[in-house]
This record gives sequence, structure tokens and C-alpha cells, in this order.
Amino acid sequence: MLGRMNPLGGMTPFDGDHPLDQPVATMAARVRDKDDALTAVELVQASLMRMQMLDPGLGAFLCTTDELALAQAEAVDAKVAAGEDPGPLAGVPLAVKDNLAVPGAPLTCGSKILAGYTPPTWATSVERAVSAGACIVGKTNLDEFAMGSSTENSAFAPSRNPHDLDRVPGGSSGGSAAAVAAGMVPLALGSDTGGSIRQPASLCGIVGLKPTYGRVSRNGLVAFASSLDQVGPMARSADDARLLLAAIEGVDSHDATTQTFASVAADPSASLAGLRYGVVQEFALADVPGGEDAEAAVAGVRAVLDEAGATGVELSLPLVDASIPIYYIVAPAEASSNLARFDGVRYGHRTDGAQDLESLYAKTRDEGFGEEVKRRILIGTFALSAGYADAYYKKAMAARTRLREQFDAAFERCDLIVSATTPTAAFKIGEKSGDPLAMYLCDILTVAANLAGIPAISIPCGRDRAGLPLGLQLWGPPGSEGRLLDAAEQMASATGLGYEAPRASGGDA
Amino acid sequence: MSAPQVLIGVEVHLQLKTKTKCFSPSRYHYGAEPNTLIDPVVLGLPGALPVLNREAVRLAIRTGLAFGCEIAELTKWDRKNYFYPDLPKGYQISQFDRPLCTGGGIEIDDDDGNPKTIRLIRAHLEEDTGKSTHDEGGTKSRVDLNRAGAPLLEIVSEPDIASAGEAERYLNALREIVSYLGTSDGNMEEGNLRCEPNVNLVFENGDRTAIVEVKNINSVRNVGKAIEYEILRQTRIYHDDGRTMANTPRSTRGWDDTKSATVHQRFKESADDYRYFPEPDLPPLSIARSWVEAERAELPELPRLRRARYAEALGLSPYDAEVLTGDPILAAWFEQALAGPSGPRDAKAVANWVQGELMRHLNEEKVELSQLALTPAGLGELVDLTTSGIINAGTAKALFRDVVRSGESPAALVEARGLAQVSERGPVEAAVRAAMEANVQAVEDFRGGNPKARGRIFGAAMKGLQGKGDPALVNEVLTELL
Repeated sequence: MLGRMNPLGGMTPFDGDHPLDQPVATMAARVRDKDDALTAVELVQASLMRMQMLDPGLGAFLCTTDELALAQAEAVDAKVAAGEDPGPLAGVPLAVKDNLAVPGAPLTCGSKILAGYTPPTWATSVERAVSAGACIVGKTNLDEFAMGSSTENSAFAPSRNPHDLDRVPGGSSGGSAAAVAAGMVPLALGSDTGGSIRQPASLCGIVGLKPTYGRVSRNGLVAFASSLDQVGPMARSADDARLLLAAIEGVDSHDATTQTFASVAADPSASLAGLRYGVVQEFALADVPGGEDAEAAVAGVRAVLDEAGATGVELSLPLVDASIPIYYIVAPAEASSNLARFDGVRYGHRTDGAQDLESLYAKTRDEGFGEEVKRRILIGTFALSAGYADAYYKKAMAARTRLREQFDAAFERCDLIVSATTPTAAFKIGEKSGDPLAMYLCDILTVAANLAGIPAISIPCGRDRAGLPLGLQLWGPPGSEGRLLDAAEQMASATGLGYEAPRASGGDA
Repeated sequence: MSAPQVLIGVEVHLQLKTKTKCFSPSRYHYGAEPNTLIDPVVLGLPGALPVLNREAVRLAIRTGLAFGCEIAELTKWDRKNYFYPDLPKGYQISQFDRPLCTGGGIEIDDDDGNPKTIRLIRAHLEEDTGKSTHDEGGTKSRVDLNRAGAPLLEIVSEPDIASAGEAERYLNALREIVSYLGTSDGNMEEGNLRCEPNVNLVFENGDRTAIVEVKNINSVRNVGKAIEYEILRQTRIYHDDGRTMANTPRSTRGWDDTKSATVHQRFKESADDYRYFPEPDLPPLSIARSWVEAERAELPELPRLRRARYAEALGLSPYDAEVLTGDPILAAWFEQALAGPSGPRDAKAVANWVQGELMRHLNEEKVELSQLALTPAGLGELVDLTTSGIINAGTAKALFRDVVRSGESPAALVEARGLAQVSERGPVEAAVRAAMEANVQAVEDFRGGNPKARGRIFGAAMKGLQGKGDPALVNEVLTELL
């Protein structure tokens, strides 16, 4: 099927003229315009049709929610007809990572342990996107409980990178990234605990933003590591991402960690001239095998920035070198506790073979969780255990505080930090799945933002020698998403680099 | 050989009387259908997050202040991790290293009646678990999550308690304080106060028995019984087997009500590892000093102080003071009745009325003080009518039976029905003479040396006065005429 159609090879719906391929602001404006013939239902149908054609080869979606999407689209169109404003995302098809709750749709987290579970309530972020007019077309694949960097840890099947079907789309929000990159949806929601929005965005050549911790509600996001998790937008451009972020952000009475931050609205006076961008010594990829292409891409952007009147500031944040060890203690520690509720008592999978309470727990969890999840539960349980907590968890938390202070100090000297998002472009399916440590190192350039609670965005930054997308990452102080998005837009126009529809390559084409 | 010293510390779990749960919007009350007071947070559904109920913190601060605790300026939440079916999230939100309340104490009487303070180590806020019930056959267990997430204040005492009696008095004092504060029902039968004493002994030679924690105790009296049992049991095993703290691990025993004995549950050879860590879903909480001071200003007079005041300032007997202060609502009612229009009434007289007729009425009719038509001011009026001699005791009691239901003014009734005591010589003498004429035999008997006969004449005279005669005057006239 895929071989015959090879839909990524330039079919008509992907020529860029289809309304679905236009900027989100444009398509929403057309839907909101009573005099424009374009309807939300048409956009949703086009999205569902592309999913039907493309997804068998990509595996980006775990389920489609046609009925829900069409009902939402009809409601949007009805509002337009009635002269009401359906919101800034009117009729825009939205893919939702399957660790966010959508009532009526199964919530799997890419795990067998949630078999049969359907949530009763909305995740706040999804509900807010829907209130802004977005239409939910499906739930996207992910590494089990968002633990991974390739979607290969999904209990169901790995997703594929639309730019090369033999390669991973990154992870854990790999399904969302592939869905956007393949043009199936203009927008997707992901979640980012250590890079899970930015790394797949980079590998799939799209934009992905991890907001400041506390900007977007985590209510209804199945927790991986509660002090690191953030929901964020994935899109083809920074402006598209901005529209989704503006819809989902804000204080939520259901999440005590949410706060109000500066508006994400575009600042028309923002300019690259006079911008102080930091370059962190510890993010250099010179010594990382295969890191030359990413390093060169960053250097290329720097040259453009300098030409536009920006100033580079050399920085050193020594604790960045410890960010992977810190992360792989803090995140599993919290995960070991967050995942304790999956015990077979109230919902999800329950073993048939329990003799007593102990075996109910042990067998249910053994059968329900995959290898990587078990590994992290073990690491986290160990890191919190009496006699070890001081050496691991407490030390990691202390180092985390210091790392945050180093970022605070850095942002006194620069407006934002520029780095690569990943050391290399997308790797082959199976290439790292047997080597957890190699997989963990995919996050080496992203986890520090989660540990520090600061926002960071990955934007397309050209391609490597093999023609695979590379990403550039911009980091800012807490609440600086508006500025990061402004800079991302200006850099995209200055460099001419941005989202490109996938070309036919790889797979069985 | 002298009796060993007894060391008892008590851990109390006190359910705070909030409308909704500690971290979610479900209501909680005792006795609802199982699993009806629940929500996604209580159920531990994926993605559900706790949000602090500040009222739980307020009630905890209020309770802590009444115990004389220090209230933390910065407090935080921690996860206590363990698996059990009635713990839906697999962790309990509690407080580990920054409890809301520290220090303080509760004053009791020791076994000799002398005041003694039981010091508190800490009191922290946490969420309750659900409730498991297990079938007799052991094949099925049921979980009711109604209670899960209800706010608990865990109050941990120093091992200052030296006997079963002290432990019971400690619990009663604690219960009385929280009922004065209105922060908890403090009812052990309904499980909103749960108590786990830990007991060990110190012998004259310095040997100590291993600490035993006793669980599953459902009444204050049984706390005392369990402690008495443990003192005997630990004394015996020490003398029989030489078992001490040095060679025996700490253990947990359960109270078996039918056997009136504690039963071994498990040893705590290695400390339980709950893998505490800061709850990332809840920010630390700063508690403004102005909040604490506002709560302090709202504290009522506490029972022990009030009792002392009743005895010293009001001159009531210790027994009267105890009864009147035992229930804060009764005490408040009493104090309102005490307050007369021109200064306080005679405390003893008011106390007698409250403890006598009023309590009898409440008990016989099984009604609450709040349901009475009679107001404290109404009772005060009745007291005034008797102490000033306007009505006699018999009339007063009859009047009480009317006004307690009707709520009418006793003074107005006395006026309307002409119940005022007859204290003038003329009508009294006439009534006495008439009574003597009607009871000639009794007069003869009395004069013949039978003093009892006098009562019949007195009664007849009072009857002639419709019971309203001033008894003293009737007696006086009777003595003269006889």
C-alpha cells in the first residue's frame, strides 16, 4: 500500500496549496470568515483523509477520533454560522499525544498496563485547545509513559520518521512530531520531560516548544516526572506554535504548580539587532561522535545572527555536564512513585495469575510495563531508598538547584542561549534500542531546560549530509516564550530555514 | 523489686472537620454508601493532581495553637510511598521533614491528681487512606475509598505518659480540646480519632523492654486496657525470658477486643522504607504570621482553664466544674444563663439548675440543648425568681416544666398565673389555722409526742395556699400555733 502510493512523494494534497498546509492563522481566519467557503469540517476531513492514507506507513497515531473531530468541527461551523467566534484555532485539526486525557478516547500512554482505560475528564491543555476551536483528530504514539527518545518503547509499534521511514521520529512525542511533519495535522500537543517535544521536533524538521514549568497545566497529563513534565505545542512554524501555546497556557485550579507568566504574543518591535545570544561551552559538539553536522548548522545560524547585528556571548555552565546524571536520578525517582498507581486494583490491566496481594502487584506490573519503564522504576526506587537517598536523590536535587542558579546567572549576560537540539539527526530504527545509555545521551542537549524549569524551543535548522533534518534550540529565562518565538520567527526569515515537507526516501519506497 | 517505669508515647490520627477532602473537591462524612465520596484525585486516576484545601491547614493551625505548638513559617508536602489497595496512588501525601506544628503539649492530671504536661513532638497534616474489609473466608477483600483523602492531623507525643490512666486522660483531654475548637469530631468509634500507643518498660537496673506499638484500638477505654495488658506482658517476658530492647526487635501488635489482649502482628526489624521525597505536585506553603495570629485570637477558652476558672472564680465544686465544662455547648449555655441583667447571678444556683432540672429534661426527652425552646436568659430569670423568694422551689420546678417547652418568660408566667409566693402573715396564718382545724387528730398526735404528725398539717396548709406559701413562714406560724 505504502509502496504503491508512497504518499510522501509529493501527492497533490501536499503541494502547499491545500488550506491544511497554510499557516494556522490563515486557515483559522478562513474558517472564522463567514464569507469564506472553507469550513472546519472540510479541514478535519482533509486531515482525516491524509491520516488514512499516510498513517499505515508512519504509525504516528494510536487511534483516530473521527467522530469527535467531526462533531467539534460541526460545532465550530455552527458558531460561525450563528455569528459567534469559535476561537483562534477555529477548525484546526489537532493531534494529541496519548498521555493526555480525552474523554471517550482510550488513554494508553503507549503501555499495555492501561489496557481498556478511558478517562472521564479532559486534560486541561486539550480542553483549552478545543475551547479555542481546535478539533481533535487522534491520539499519537509515544514511548511508553513518555520514557524514551525514539517511540521504539511504545508497547504497540514504533512510529517512523516521515523524512526516512527506516528512521525513528525521535521521542517520546514521536507520533505527534511525525503527524505534523507528514502534513497530517498542522498542530500537535506533546509533552516534554527531558526533551520529548524538542528532540522529535528536531528529528522531524518541525518546531517544538517546551514551555516554562508551570505555564501549561499538567492536569490530565499522565505524570512521568511531575517536577519536569510540561505540555507544549508542536507545529510547522513558531507562529503556529505560538497560537497553540496561547490557547493552552495559564493558571489552572486543578494544577497547583501553574503560574501566570508574561504574554506569548508577538512583539512587533522585537529585532535580532542588539540581541545578546549565549553560546554555552558545555553544549559544544566538537567531541561528540557525529556531532559535526549539528555543530556546523549552529555555526551557520550564528553567522546569520551576527550579520543581523546580534552579539554572541561565550558562557560556561559547568553543571550542564552533570545534567544527564541529575536527570536520570530525579526523573526515575519521581516516576517510580507516579507509576505506583498502576497496580491492577482499580483500572487498566490486571493479571489473571494472582494468588495473593503481593503477586497481584508483581504480576500485573511485570506483564503491563515494558523494559524501559521497569528499568526506570528500579533506578528511581533505588535512588530514593533509605541509605542511598542522600547519595543519589538528595545530591541530584542539590545539583539541580545549582544548575538553575547557573542558568539564572547566564541570563543576566544574554537574552537567550543558542545550541543544537540533538547531537545528530534521526537514527535508524533499532540502532540504539539495545543500548539504553546511548539512547539517554540523545537528551544531552535538552534535559537541562527541564531541570532548570526554563523554556526552550527547537526550530528547523537545515539538514545533515544525509539530508535529514537538524534542529536549533533557543533557551530563555522563565516566562520568555514570547521572546523565544519572536526570535525563532526572525531567525527563520533571516536564514531561510524552516519546515519542509518530507521528500520521498527510505522505507519500502 | 519495685515496679518498672512505664514509657508510653501516643500517636493520634485526628480527622479534621473540613467540608471537602484535603487535596480534592469530594465531600467527606462518616457512614455514606461505599465509594460514593470520590473523584479522580481520590481514585488516583492517571493525570489527576492534588490541590490543597486551605481549610485543612487552618484547622490544623487552630488545633496546633491550642496545643501550644510552634506553627512552621514554611511547610511542605512529601510522598510516603507504599503499596496497599486502600492507598489509590501508591503513596500518601504527608509531611516528612517540615511538619506544620512542632512542640507544645497537653496538660492532664497524673495518677495522683497533680497536673502534668504530656509534651508533643510534632503534629503534621496528611491525607487519610481508604478502608479495606476482608471476608471471613479470606478470599475477597473490599475497598471503600470514601475516607481516602480526608485530612488527618497526626499528633505524636513524647513518651511522657506513665500509665494506662494517664493515656486515657491524655486522649480525653485531646478529644475535649478539639471538640472545644470544633476542628474534629474526635470520635474513636467513627474512626475520626485513631490512636496507636507505643509502650515499653524501664527496670530498676536500667534494662528496657523492646518498644511495642499497638494498633486497631477502637475506644479510649481499650487504649487503657491494651496498655495494662502490655505492661503485664512485657514484665512477664522480661522476667521469664530476659527479653529486652537489646535482644528483641520493635514490634507491632494488634488489640483483640474479644480476647482483651494484644496479638503479635509483625516485627519491625529494619525500619520501613517509605522512600519519602518532596511532593512535586504541591508547592511548599508559607504561612503568614498574620494568619497564625488571627487564628490564635480566635481560640476559645480551653476546657482545663475554664474548669479552673469555674472552681476558683465562680466557687463551683470540682465536680460541677467538670460536668459543666465537659461539653463546650453546655458550658456556653451555662455562662449565658449566668449573666444577669445587673451582674452575674449566683453561679452555684445556676449550676444546680443546669445540672439538675435541665440535664434531667435533656436526658429524659433525648433532646439537644440547641433544640430547647427555653433560652439561657429564661433559665436565669427562673433562678432570679427563686433566689429573690418570689416563688418557692416547688413552683419553680413546675414552672420549669412549662417554660422548657414553651420558651415563655418565667417572670411573665408568674405574673399571669399569680404564682408569686404568699409571704404575708395574714393569709398564711389563716391557712395554718384551717389546716389545724381540718386535721384535729394530727394536732393531737403531735402534741402527744409524735413529731411526724406535723408534716401532715404543714402539707394541708401549703395545699390551702395552692402550694405558693413561703415554706419558712408557714413553718414559723405552725410552730407558734402548735
